[in-house]
Amino acid sequence: MSVLVFAEISDGKFKKATFEAVSYGRQVADMLGTEVVALAIGNGVNTADLGQYGAQTTIHIASSESFTPDAYALAANAVANEVNASIVIVSNTYTGKSISPRLAQLMGASLATNVVSLPNTTQGFVVKRGVFSGKAFSFVDLQRDKKVISITPNSFELATFDSTGATTSTSVSVGSSGLTITAVNKVTGKIPLTEAEVVVSGGRGMKGPENWHMIEELATALGAATACSKPVSDMEWRPHSEHVGQTGITIKPNLYIAIGISGAIQHLAGVSSSKVIVAINKDPEAPFFKAADYGIVGDAFDILPQLINAAKN
Amino acid sequence: MKILACISVVPDTTTKITFTDNNTQFNTAGVQYILNPYDELAVTRGLEIAEANGGTLTIVHVGKAEAEPVIRKALSMGANEAIRIDAEPTDAQYVAEEIAKIALGYDLILTGRESIDYNSGVVCGMLGSLLGIPSINVVTRIDFADGKFSFDRDIDGGRESITCAGPCVASAQKDLCEPRIPNMRGIMAARTKPLQVLAPQANANFSQCTSYELPVAKSGVKLIDAQEAGKLIDILRNEAKVI
Repeated sequence: MSVLVFAEISDGKFKKATFEAVSYGRQVADMLGTEVVALAIGNGVNTADLGQYGAQTTIHIASSESFTPDAYALAANAVANEVNASIVIVSNTYTGKSISPRLAQLMGASLATNVVSLPNTTQGFVVKRGVFSGKAFSFVDLQRDKKVISITPNSFELATFDSTGATTSTSVSVGSSGLTITAVNKVTGKIPLTEAEVVVSGGRGMKGPENWHMIEELATALGAATACSKPVSDMEWRPHSEHVGQTGITIKPNLYIAIGISGAIQHLAGVSSSKVIVAINKDPEAPFFKAADYGIVGDAFDILPQLINAAKN
Repeated sequence: MKILACISVVPDTTTKITFTDNNTQFNTAGVQYILNPYDELAVTRGLEIAEANGGTLTIVHVGKAEAEPVIRKALSMGANEAIRIDAEPTDAQYVAEEIAKIALGYDLILTGRESIDYNSGVVCGMLGSLLGIPSINVVTRIDFADGKFSFDRDIDGGRESITCAGPCVASAQKDLCEPRIPNMRGIMAARTKPLQVLAPQANANFSQCTSYELPVAKSGVKLIDAQEAGKLIDILRNEAKVI
């Protein structure tokens, strides 16, 4: 048996979330006394990078086929059979979320998404996962012999290993998909929100989209992604893809800075797992201050320039 | 054209989540249940496509009779008929197995991106795999023209456009459409629309929830004077060590 990690490739590179998945896979393999195998499908990557984060073997399928969930899940299942994998680890990204259910179905495996802990194997095989859109966690016993675990980015520390790991090829290839990808539009130079370690977020208190340059300036100075509250995306000041909260994206950065956001329960649900939360609001009674580690009571338009200035130094 | 929309019934977004029985049961006392917001988009867009192409929309839900007011709401939005599979689902994989038993013969199957209670987001992909058809998750556009479906979907750091010639399953993301508000005529008509109750057929054990936990509450906010806001950056760098 082995632990297989689906090593996602984005623009010819592995992402940090992929390295986290590999490190996680290695720790699970060590717990179970087995080996971790990484599966990388795509071109242009340096597979030795995966060894550094714990992969003992990397299987590389050099394919120029675009990612499609149906074709990639079939290929991943064939590789899982080849290496006798009983556990497969994926990242809980959009890509990971699209492949994990198909792969679990093909393998006849139990599937847990949004996972934030290593498995506890003292009784069954229990993982902790985020539920109620960030308002709670559940402990779930995965009862099938085979398991697919989709781990939330930024939930695990990267572990590095001395070995570089061997890269091998396979007879498995990526077959055809029922889908045709006609266009891909990537926002270049921006950090994807779900993977960002620092997030600067604005609410209605920013008064209008014309003031967002201040949010962006602070984000750039901190190497952060930008986000917004639901009213801001509803009023179309910002795209929905930036909306964090219960009906938007749930995020887990190391630092979340909320500017001009009151902190409604639905918004807090999406961000409360952040390691450190800063609330900036002119209303001292704003509920966000109860959920924050640091707070500044004051006008965003006075405070933001001071923060930008300090962040640039 | 036959379209199937899969719906789940979830606690209202303002619900304060608590647990009972030594943190093993979700406390349903006083909880208002609603149609899952992403499923509302799936139903709306499904109706728009069915209406434009002379098709029908069927609603399916896996759950007990308490869900019927929410199923009627989906019917009042304009759906033609509904199916309730009478089971207490254990997890999302089980839900997908049940729906797959009745989902043959549809041209398009729609789900929400995820339910806002258990957030699994697996029904779309599981159904696709069970039925042997493509699945497209987190879609922000669905159109039908020249015998083909076309989609935009969110990807990590962007968006992509996809076409699919055959039957497929897609999960709705926020930008897909504005949810349709039922009108009085729709509400009246929904009362007599067919709602078929079927016995569960799947025999699937995947996982079991053993307990729940609430996030650790913050110990208290440390306030920084607005006149010296720049100090925050210093604290984040040297005390919290997060930048």
